[in-house]
Amino acid sequence: MSRDMQQYLRPGINSTPFCPGCGHGILMGLILRAIHQLELNMDEMLFVSGIGCAAWIPSPHFNADTLHILHGRAIPAATGAKMFNPKLRVVVIGGDGDLADIGGNHLIHAARRNIDLTIICASNMVYGMTGGQVSSTTSIGAFTQTTTQGNPYQPLDLCKLVIATGATYVARHSVAQPFALINAIKKALQINGFCFIEVLSPCPTQFGRHNQLDTPVAMIKNLMEKCITKNKAKKSSPEELMGKIITGEFTNGVY
Amino acid sequence: MVRYYLSGNEAIVEGAIRAGCRYYAGYPITPSTEIMERISVKFSEIGGVFMQMEDEIAAICSVIGASWAGAKAMTATSGPGFSLMQEGIGYAAMTETPIVVVDVQRAGPSTGQATRVASGDIMQAKWGSSGDYQVIAVSPWSVQEAYEQTINAFNLAEKYRVPVLLLTEEAIGHLRERMDVVKDIEIFNRRKKPDAAPFGTEERDGVPPMPTFGECAKVLVTGSTHDSYGFRRTDDPLAQDKLVSRLNEKIINNREKIIDYENYYLEDATLVIISYGFTARSSLFAVEALRAEGRKIGMLRLKTLWPFPDSLKRYIGAKANVLFVPEMNKGQVAGEVRKYVSCQVVTFTQTNGEVIYPDAIIEQLRRYL
Repeated sequence: MSRDMQQYLRPGINSTPFCPGCGHGILMGLILRAIHQLELNMDEMLFVSGIGCAAWIPSPHFNADTLHILHGRAIPAATGAKMFNPKLRVVVIGGDGDLADIGGNHLIHAARRNIDLTIICASNMVYGMTGGQVSSTTSIGAFTQTTTQGNPYQPLDLCKLVIATGATYVARHSVAQPFALINAIKKALQINGFCFIEVLSPCPTQFGRHNQLDTPVAMIKNLMEKCITKNKAKKSSPEELMGKIITGEFTNGVY
Repeated sequence: MVRYYLSGNEAIVEGAIRAGCRYYAGYPITPSTEIMERISVKFSEIGGVFMQMEDEIAAICSVIGASWAGAKAMTATSGPGFSLMQEGIGYAAMTETPIVVVDVQRAGPSTGQATRVASGDIMQAKWGSSGDYQVIAVSPWSVQEAYEQTINAFNLAEKYRVPVLLLTEEAIGHLRERMDVVKDIEIFNRRKKPDAAPFGTEERDGVPPMPTFGECAKVLVTGSTHDSYGFRRTDDPLAQDKLVSRLNEKIINNREKIIDYENYYLEDATLVIISYGFTARSSLFAVEALRAEGRKIGMLRLKTLWPFPDSLKRYIGAKANVLFVPEMNKGQVAGEVRKYVSCQVVTFTQTNGEVIYPDAIIEQLRRYL
């Protein structure tokens, strides 16, 4: 990470715990670049995370107030802090298992209340920290430790979910789209109301190796092939969209 | 003097506001709901933050978030909701977050009898979350004391940085009595000390000062095992032992300061009732009726249930040879009493969803007089 970014890291932090090829380190850098470009004061920011690999992005790395709370409960804890002290700029960072599986109820209700929170969901489509079990965002047919015959269930579209429940700003990008992602994070940090960004992040260790995507490069390439921008998707036939993930901004309730 | 005629649940709200509570998050559950109804109205008048959350887990986690943002924060619930809050209580104990949790106990297990009374959550209060930790639990016996004990709960939570549980019962929650606003009452506010370690002290059993979010302290809070500055130490045996020991000892070693009780007619009593909560009202009635007959009977009323008053032998005097513990559960406190005394301990349990009447206690006591 560049020297400019060093000021945003807690003193004494020299490395991350992420596996080689993990997308969370990329996302971590992009969040800090967005903060840097907006010239935000870290003393006015609070980062809340639950349990899982993505929850380690802010805790302990970010040099700000960080609350590393129970699995799935980052959003209610963030709600309490934000409601009591509205001056805090509160950012929730978590994984798909944390925010969408165990914390799904809190996600939809915080969107419904349209509380001024920025939620960054690093979705790697698997439970990484516990060794690679299926999650609510795992694609149909994917192999995991608990779906050795292939995942029989369809994945949850988190962006559609929070749009339906009242989020103000919604976006989805993969870590292979860094500039779009920085812009989305910047918008989410500036817009008042519930802002949600789903970040597709590769997990070669727990997802890739069970799905013929053994290397970090293979995973990133696969993400680039799978993702299709909103504008391209509009011009595509349903057959062409099979198995694709639509990326872009989904504002004003339009997917 | 300001005097109210209130229910126990309403008195808890008055006590919380007096103690400085300005954040409340809850989820509706009988028989605690009047607390959130009244506090939502009161906060709109005085400027507190009220949140009705999507479940009890969200309620306690938002209370924890608000506490770190500087609030004196509270939630209230009843048995099944209290079960859902247990993970949050453990987190608050581990991260030394001051919060107050009110459990208006109803007849369980599970959904049980939602509108009926019990004292069945005494053990859940102590042992409901994972690992070894301490909480403080207090038990009021009147509307007046619901008010005072709520203030006390906030003071203890802030002083010891620990979750404090107000274990009241449906019968106290819905009882209406006179309540006097106490003029001179100590309010303890959070100790802050810039640059001090937020999770460690020089002493083995110390309570560190607590920083607040948004005040440039760059606090690092985690429920994982951590060092005195909050850095995760998840494979360090010494860090684990040091933290867990201090979390326990800061309460246990200060128990004489925390524990509160009341004596009634104990000077010459050979038979002593040990009682708490609503049941202590019936117990006192029974004691006074039997005293009028010249019986040597007394009562020790426990105002603090956790940490358990392990010195109760000292409180009850040397003459007592039979201890009688009436409870609206299957003997949860009686089991604790047995740990600390060598004389005969007689349990009188009732789990029919009704309060224990004085006559029932008197009838049982006659067997031992």
